[in-house]
Amino acid sequence: MKVSRTLAIPYVVWVLIFTVVPLGLVIGFAFTNPDGKITLENIFEMSDYMAVLFRSILFAIAATVICLIIAFPAAYIISRANAINQSTLIVLLMVPMWINFLLRTYAWMTLLEQNGVINRILGAIGLGPYQLINNSGAVILGMVYNYLPFMILPLYSVMVKIDQSVIEAAQDLGSNKIRLVRKILLPLSMPGISTGVIAVFVPSVSTFVISRMLGGGTNDLIGDIIEMQFSGNSYNPHLGSAMALVLMIIVLFMMSLFNQFGTEEDVAL
Amino acid sequence: MKRLICIILSLSVLLYLTACGGTAETEEIDREAVLEEFGLDPELFSDYDYSRLKDEDITLNVANWGEYMSINDDESVDVNEAFEALTGITVNYKTVASNETLYSKLLSGGATYDIVIPSDYMISKMMKEGMLQKLDFDNIPNVNNVMPSFLNPQYDPYNEYSVPYLWGMVAIIYNTTMVDEEITSWASLWDEKYAGNILMFNNPRDAFGIAQAYLGYSLNTENKAELDACSELLKEQKEIVQGYVMDEIFDKMEGGSAAIAPYYVGDAVTMCDDNPDLAYVIPEEGTNWFVDAMCIPTTAENKEAAEMYINFLCEAEIALANCEYVGYSTPNAKAYELLDEDVREDEKRYPSDEFLAEHTEVFVNMSDEANAYMQSLWNQLKIDNSNVWFVPIFLICLVAATVAVNVWRALKKKREQY
Repeated sequence: MKVSRTLAIPYVVWVLIFTVVPLGLVIGFAFTNPDGKITLENIFEMSDYMAVLFRSILFAIAATVICLIIAFPAAYIISRANAINQSTLIVLLMVPMWINFLLRTYAWMTLLEQNGVINRILGAIGLGPYQLINNSGAVILGMVYNYLPFMILPLYSVMVKIDQSVIEAAQDLGSNKIRLVRKILLPLSMPGISTGVIAVFVPSVSTFVISRMLGGGTNDLIGDIIEMQFSGNSYNPHLGSAMALVLMIIVLFMMSLFNQFGTEEDVAL
Repeated sequence: MKRLICIILSLSVLLYLTACGGTAETEEIDREAVLEEFGLDPELFSDYDYSRLKDEDITLNVANWGEYMSINDDESVDVNEAFEALTGITVNYKTVASNETLYSKLLSGGATYDIVIPSDYMISKMMKEGMLQKLDFDNIPNVNNVMPSFLNPQYDPYNEYSVPYLWGMVAIIYNTTMVDEEITSWASLWDEKYAGNILMFNNPRDAFGIAQAYLGYSLNTENKAELDACSELLKEQKEIVQGYVMDEIFDKMEGGSAAIAPYYVGDAVTMCDDNPDLAYVIPEEGTNWFVDAMCIPTTAENKEAAEMYINFLCEAEIALANCEYVGYSTPNAKAYELLDEDVREDEKRYPSDEFLAEHTEVFVNMSDEANAYMQSLWNQLKIDNSNVWFVPIFLICLVAATVAVNVWRALKKKREQY
């Protein structure tokens, strides 16, 4: 018992230095003005940016839901494949993640541009060109594409543990496919779903690169506005910290709401 | 191989100098050999004492824009390597994305630079806030190479803090296959014909600058009514703009994804080289004339070495290499003389002084109040397109979700009681 505690020391020190202290700084900055006086001004000023904040949350929810809809059947299919196919499929899923994030997003720019690959192919069969980039759809697409593996992997790791005999038992007892998913698969993979939702939602809601590259500066998200407070025109780390803090609290609230959902399921089992 | 010869030469010089009693800790620098190695003409090089700091083990931190100096290119002199060979000083070269990034980095103390190359308006802002230090021009004799018209500029009236590096103007770049008229005016950026094919600056100062030039206001106006008018104009334009971009413009214009966009002349030259369908023009209403100049921040640790670096960048051939590599115009008279004739006579790159005086205006630093006002107008422009229904719909969803969870829980409990 003692040994395991000493082993945790590096992690505790790490968390202290790189999580707790910066968090304290963010809170400190959020409630002070440039002269160092304590103020609530930053939080009030934040209300000017509520529309952007809500847009970010909406986009992130959309991306999370789409990821879940795509990932659930995908993870199920992978988990039911034979061992060799399983590892092949997982590797195929991982390969794009070995490529740098920025590069992958750049690739989407090339694909979606008005003169890009997709529009050229459509043009060859007499369609388009369509406005595929610089709109909200492109931003959500970017989020789904970049964060989909974070949804599939936890789902897969949970689903692979579901015994085939459980599924067969349900089928033997006359459950149809919808009932099977609703009563067996969904409850059993709930831990994977909640991990996946957090892993997709949190980076989506705070991203700024995707919106800049695929949104073309017309779909700024809260991440862009926060970034602008630290390294942009409107240099104001105090307001930036306030925004980050508000965003964090909203995300925490939403996650706790969602987790209630999850734990309830576990209890029901 | 050249390097080897250079080392052998320097060693032989060292042997020759052993009589000096070993005061030199590092090997002597053979100026001629270094210049030859980098293909520089000693005739054109000043006789400045570049090797005087070689024993002090100095590392010089330089911050510059991306692609804004002749380095890492086989066909051009590597300016930093040449400086290192000539002086024995190590150059730690970093790039920053914008004036504002540089400003916040210096202000937050996150980085210490010995040399920075901000633009005009940012220089006056930094000067005003005491972030720059006065230069000792005894250490920068090559300042005499700078054209007199670039000395004592509006942003640094007594020429105490800065030495001009490169300059340019803002032009309209357009794709001749998508635009079949002669573009002459900023009005084209508001032309519905090009709806969805227009790109715009993604920073308030440049974007407002265009609206100001189009409306015939001063580019440094602090009049709120005028700024409001510009903001209205930009909002109108937003309906037909494809995107707000900075350096992404290279890909988009070269790839033919957009028809027309404003950008800096030097970069327009680069884009036109890469895609011959592109052309650029200085609009008749006038435009912004900008100068990027070398400065030393107050936090700099190696002032003398930094001044040496500034002097080095003012050497004729070094300034030439930089302006040819970057594509911007040089304020260095001696480098200008070495340029190809067709470049020198290109009115868009080297317009006459009269043209500059009549058709262009330099940005100066605005008051904090005007800056903040412009910023808030810009934020409204960028943010306001969000649907007003976002907030209520989101709140309703959140409430509905909370209610649903609780009702569901209650039902579940009831069911379990049976």
